[in-house]
Amino acid sequence: METIEPISGHKEKGGDEDRRDYTGIRDGAAVIKTVALRAWFGSLMALKGVDILIAAGAVTAIIGPSGCGKSTFIRTLNRMHEGVPGARVSGSVYFAGQDIYDPKVNPVMLRRRIGMVFQKPNPFPMMSVKDNVLAGIPLQGTRGSAGDDVLERSLRQAALWDEVKDVLDKPGTSLSGGQQQRLCIARALAIEPEILLMDEPCSALDPIATAKIEDLIHSLRGGITIIIVTHNMQQAARVSDYTAFFYMGELVEYCDTDTLFKSPHKTRTEDYITGRFG
Amino acid sequence: MRKKGIAQDLSFRAMDEKIEKAFKAIMALAVMVPFVILAVLLIDTAVDGLPRLGWDFLTGFPSRFAARAGILSPLAGSAILMILTAAIALPLGIGAAIYLEEYAGKNAVTAFIEINISNLAGVPSIIYGLLGLGLFVRFMNMGRSLLAGAATLSLMVLPMIIMAARESMRMVPGDLREAAYALGADKWTTIRKIVLPLSLPGILTGVILSLSRAIGETAPIITIGALTYVAFLPDSVMSPFTALPVQIFNWISRPQSDFHVNAAAGIIVLLVIMILMNSLAIALRYRLQRRID
Ligand SMILES: Nc1ncnc2c1ncn2[C@@H]1O[C@H](COP(=O)(O)OP(=O)(O)OP(=O)(O)O)[C@@H](O)[C@H]1O
Ligand SMILES: [Mg+2]
Repeated sequence: METIEPISGHKEKGGDEDRRDYTGIRDGAAVIKTVALRAWFGSLMALKGVDILIAAGAVTAIIGPSGCGKSTFIRTLNRMHEGVPGARVSGSVYFAGQDIYDPKVNPVMLRRRIGMVFQKPNPFPMMSVKDNVLAGIPLQGTRGSAGDDVLERSLRQAALWDEVKDVLDKPGTSLSGGQQQRLCIARALAIEPEILLMDEPCSALDPIATAKIEDLIHSLRGGITIIIVTHNMQQAARVSDYTAFFYMGELVEYCDTDTLFKSPHKTRTEDYITGRFG
Repeated sequence: MRKKGIAQDLSFRAMDEKIEKAFKAIMALAVMVPFVILAVLLIDTAVDGLPRLGWDFLTGFPSRFAARAGILSPLAGSAILMILTAAIALPLGIGAAIYLEEYAGKNAVTAFIEINISNLAGVPSIIYGLLGLGLFVRFMNMGRSLLAGAATLSLMVLPMIIMAARESMRMVPGDLREAAYALGADKWTTIRKIVLPLSLPGILTGVILSLSRAIGETAPIITIGALTYVAFLPDSVMSPFTALPVQIFNWISRPQSDFHVNAAAGIIVLLVIMILMNSLAIALRYRLQRRID
């Protein structure tokens, strides 16, 4: 666990200690709004009250040192967090005019509108490339088969079509790591989610595969809201419109990406992005 | 000083090596003993039985004359028993495994059930025979039928199948379940479309291994009253029957040595079936591992 040394002579820059959100995103432009969002693993509080507005159609990066709660945060947004034994959530997450933690909300239906891509590529091993892309259809219990247009559109969106169009019937696991990750992105896009959550999607990939995924994030921008967790600050700077810096379960600073990396408002943020800790 | 220290270490290691070598020899011997015994048994059986094996033997009915007696009815009886046992035990075993692995809460009742499943796997097979006799043959009025035999063998293999099924379901990586949930699948669909297909080869491996044990079981089959002289093929699951181990047991118990030759040939048939089933199980397990990696 990192601890930050108190740095003498450093004070909060902006006079307002409590202010965290410098984005100016209004309620009306937000697709997700969290209020006092807390999350636990047993007795460990991994999120300590997060209030954030996620702008519709934008790419939002989540950065922060290891263990600060980035994964936990995005997993509360599609209610995956509560699947962990002993895990618990309090507070509210508003999406599509509802609090997703309202008992009336079915997490299964929620996840059909909020897709997720994981750190490690996880194509289904018994399925072909094609079946992997279209896996959402049988998994959602919908009968009938989606047309090949869904297949091609999703693979094109994931910038994978040209590489796999001749091997659609091969096992998904026979692709390279980077291709597998784009296959998982295509699989998530095929169910046409409004939001795509990505948890360090490039951390297992080489720079070329990473560049391809960054390109595809660029091309998706505007059509779909993307929230991406990353350890790589250059990547956050390259792909995102807004960046949220988390530290020890709290949102420290939330700002448009340029400002956050060029002139952060908080000392903590500056220390982190200049590599003084984390 | 330092050199001396190292030299001492060396002599200690030489000593250790001697002990290790001695142990290795003893352990190799321990491996050889059952292997040699098995080889002697196999060769002895093969010498006696192989000349008797032939098409006539496989397709003949039992007879008072050893040279004319064949193995068709027990072979058919054993085959149908295995199919029926699989048909009963597989759905029950998978159902129980899914419940215990995916749905049962972690409480005292579950823990009690789990301990008892392991205990049941160790119960002597004759106890299952007695249970089958009381429950299926008499209470449920199935008579001394194939169905009663299969139901009894099902009880016997069920614990093994449940344990094998749970183990292979646990081997399905958690990130594949998460991937399914993230695509908007509910729990039951995830189990049906992701967990079961991936664990099926492992489950089938367990089923086949337990069936290959069941096919050689004599005690429960005799207990529920399999016949020893059946000159017809079963025409329904309610039909009386005989099975390979019962027939072999019967032949061996006769005083005439000609029948002992028949028994040896019957043993070869039984062994070949078991080896085939075990090879199938190994092939399936290999497939499972390849699919998950
Ligand atoms: N399954 C779990 N059980 C218990 N504690 C957990 C679990 N997963 C995470 N935690 C704890 O919750 C806190 C937040 O973890 P989280 O995975 O959200 O961090 P992160 O910011 O995503 O880190 P990383 O950059 O390493 O992925 C950490 O202190 C971590 O140890
Ligand atoms: Mg993480």
